[in-house]
Amino acid sequence: MKIPFKGAVDCDLHLSAPRMSALLPYMDEYWSDQFSNRHIDRFAFTMSSDNPILPLQWRPDWKAGADEPGSELDRLRSRALDQFGSSIGIVNVIHGAIALYHGDMAAAILRAVNDWTADKVLSQESRLRGSILVSLQDPALAVAEIERLAGNPGFVQVLLPVIGELTIGRRIYWPVFEAASRAGLPICLHAGSLNRHAPTGVGWPSYYVEDYVSQSAGFEASLVSLLAEGVFQKFPDLTFVLAESGVTWMPSFQWRQDKMWLGVRTELPWIDRMPREIIRERVRLTLQPFDAPPDAAIVERLLDHLGSDEMLLFSTDYPHWHFDGDDVVPDGFPTDLLRKIAIDNPHATYGRLRQGGEATKSLEVTA
Amino acid sequence: MIRHIVAKTAEIPAGTHRIVDVSGRQVGVFNVNGEFFALLNRCPHGGAELCKGAVTALVQPSGVGQYAVSRKGEFLRCPWHGWEFEIRSGQSYCDPARIKARKIDVAVERGEELVKGPYVAESYDVTVEDDYVVLSL
Amino acid sequence: MNQQLVDPLRPEDKRAAASIVDCDVHITARSAVDLYPWLPARWREHVETIGAHVRSGVYNQEPHPRMMARGMRADAYPEEGGPAGCSLPLLQRQHLDPNGIQFGMLIALGRGIFEERNQAFAAALSTAINNWQLEKWVDPEPRLMPAIIVPQEDAEVAVAEIERCAADTRFKQILISPKSLEPLGRKRYWPIYAAAERAGLPLAFHPAAIGGGHFSSGAGSPTYYLEEHNTFGTITQAVLTSLIFEGVFERFPGLKVVAVEGGFTWAPMLGWRMDKYWSRLRAEVPHVTRPPSEYLRSHIWFTTQPMEETRKQAHLRDVIDWLGWDRLMFSSDYPHWDFDDPRYAFKMPLSDEERRKVFHANAKVLYGLP
Repeated sequence: MKIPFKGAVDCDLHLSAPRMSALLPYMDEYWSDQFSNRHIDRFAFTMSSDNPILPLQWRPDWKAGADEPGSELDRLRSRALDQFGSSIGIVNVIHGAIALYHGDMAAAILRAVNDWTADKVLSQESRLRGSILVSLQDPALAVAEIERLAGNPGFVQVLLPVIGELTIGRRIYWPVFEAASRAGLPICLHAGSLNRHAPTGVGWPSYYVEDYVSQSAGFEASLVSLLAEGVFQKFPDLTFVLAESGVTWMPSFQWRQDKMWLGVRTELPWIDRMPREIIRERVRLTLQPFDAPPDAAIVERLLDHLGSDEMLLFSTDYPHWHFDGDDVVPDGFPTDLLRKIAIDNPHATYGRLRQGGEATKSLEVTA
Repeated sequence: MIRHIVAKTAEIPAGTHRIVDVSGRQVGVFNVNGEFFALLNRCPHGGAELCKGAVTALVQPSGVGQYAVSRKGEFLRCPWHGWEFEIRSGQSYCDPARIKARKIDVAVERGEELVKGPYVAESYDVTVEDDYVVLSL
Repeated sequence: MNQQLVDPLRPEDKRAAASIVDCDVHITARSAVDLYPWLPARWREHVETIGAHVRSGVYNQEPHPRMMARGMRADAYPEEGGPAGCSLPLLQRQHLDPNGIQFGMLIALGRGIFEERNQAFAAALSTAINNWQLEKWVDPEPRLMPAIIVPQEDAEVAVAEIERCAADTRFKQILISPKSLEPLGRKRYWPIYAAAERAGLPLAFHPAAIGGGHFSSGAGSPTYYLEEHNTFGTITQAVLTSLIFEGVFERFPGLKVVAVEGGFTWAPMLGWRMDKYWSRLRAEVPHVTRPPSEYLRSHIWFTTQPMEETRKQAHLRDVIDWLGWDRLMFSSDYPHWDFDDPRYAFKMPLSDEERRKVFHANAKVLYGLP
């Protein structure tokens, strides 16, 4: 079904990572020399798990022809923001530098990516907000990047791939969570893998389609890690947004964690209440993709299983191909829930959206 | 409801418990720091013989990475799924409102009162100079 | 819902306790010495001088230590000593007799065949355990139905063992660890599936403690047991995904798979998820001719334990309705710590027909039991 009102907050849409040549102006002399001398600047930094030629990475009617006028940003404006009547869109620029092993190099590129996002995206379109993309190869560098950009209200969250090198809740990453919490920024764990290790517990699958299917298991692993490691207790103001998770794995996951906690509580005495209560309070899920058959009755049941009207955040996942036409919402969603997920929940999740016009104004100043 | 004399208090010293048979029902009788409590020997979750589980302390809710115990001997851990029950109330520690082990009323009576009856003495010859654990079931 | 889960004073539900097929009963040898009658001298000597060689940093202990009694019911250790699951009289007294188990499907874990890196040793252990199961357990207790243990990373040897054992019709399935070296849909494992199909035996996937060297979560190595336990589900998902997308069920249309102890409430979601991505990426897997959920629906069975305990009974009922009542089979996981007693496993009322299917009919049809 369509979204029957204007003013939604689209919590996950995408622009391609900029070419390295576009990033060189944002780099210092050392790194721009390194990148040109080593020919690193001649290749795109695309994530393997974000391979742009795959059919689902571009909805066919959203894919620009070679001779199509206008920029990718122009198309995002008209096809995503205007078309769905969204008042705000949170754009996630995913750059392959997050998969580099060289932590200093990754940080140099990501600083440029984030500056480019501020300069070429956020200051060009007042409806858009951005995500601070960081590498966890050296958590101290991620902290520095969050602190560097925390003053820019155009950035509303910190962006990480859901499958990294270690399970995400590990204490080694806590300085990053602390920095995000201090800055009032949620952490967005977005579908994708660094491919540091097999993306399943049984080894490397053969096909891309298996990689995609296995992402929901990656979300399970990351969420149970955050829960078990006590991240929710340690950082009581930090929200985690799970983007492109598929959503419907969540009820079964909550049932499992609730039951297990009753038996294993003493290993994790910092978990002080039913896991589902913690999850419902602290975890948010973007709407698309939504793993369910096109059956309103089943979707209604799944929403009841989810057990909370506060967890979902409206998203189109533009330009990825999850739905056709304007039917961005699965049939079976009641209208009052739609208003919550499209407007109330995003504003509750992203503190910086509540600053409203202020943010836009400061953005213009920054630009 | 019938009152059953199941033990002399001296037979269940503080920090110990015993499982008694009362008209075909198994009941765990616990002496927690001098106070007596009794629970039906069946876990309300999965049917295990609950009172055969370990008597433990409370692992306190804590900060991350901190481990501390208190209230030694006041909790019972089910021998199957490890669910924790407070012996005093029978309540599940994790989900007290919803999950309770069946509590049995227990009293300590002086032998001189008990000899007046009417009680089911099971196999006990009641003497006036001893104290007895009495279950109402 | 504010209610007692089990009414301790209610008469036990006798309907549950009749002719049950328990699809996950564990037995184990007291020690490797128990297997000596079936191990050649060369391998008895190996046990004494070399021993097990597994993909774990800690020897003879799980790197994610279990919570209860090394993952066992604390009351299931024999009084005379030895690990839980090593005593037939205790199994009979504690489970088979009081719980009305008509047939118990044996899952013999504990001697490290799944984990053993020395493939020749794994092969010798497999043969020994298969013989030991028959002579020490099945001969004296015909309610027990063994599974063929195979050294799964050496498909050629595994096939020979399947063919040797399948001649004895008491073997009802083939046990495979889902924690393999490579995803189980890969071609190196296909000879095993061909042999299973020829023998008409289902494959049972049961999680093992140590795997093929991959981080169990797929997203890094878990720290805590809570996390490690969650991987039983996600690993089972990964194996089913691999079998389907590698085209195993296209190639072996008679193959049947039982996902033991991997959970089941995620299965409808997995089907929808696979269908969605398959519809976008069919060009990559042209050999997968049907929507993946159809293979899931027609080739996979699930066992119940550890039973999902949803807050609302209707939620569990929804999930089983979507999964199919003909696909779910009761299991207790005796003598493991998260054992489900058949009388209390379901926290919701079942119709007689649902009860019949889950507690025995589905398993009897699948395994050809009387």
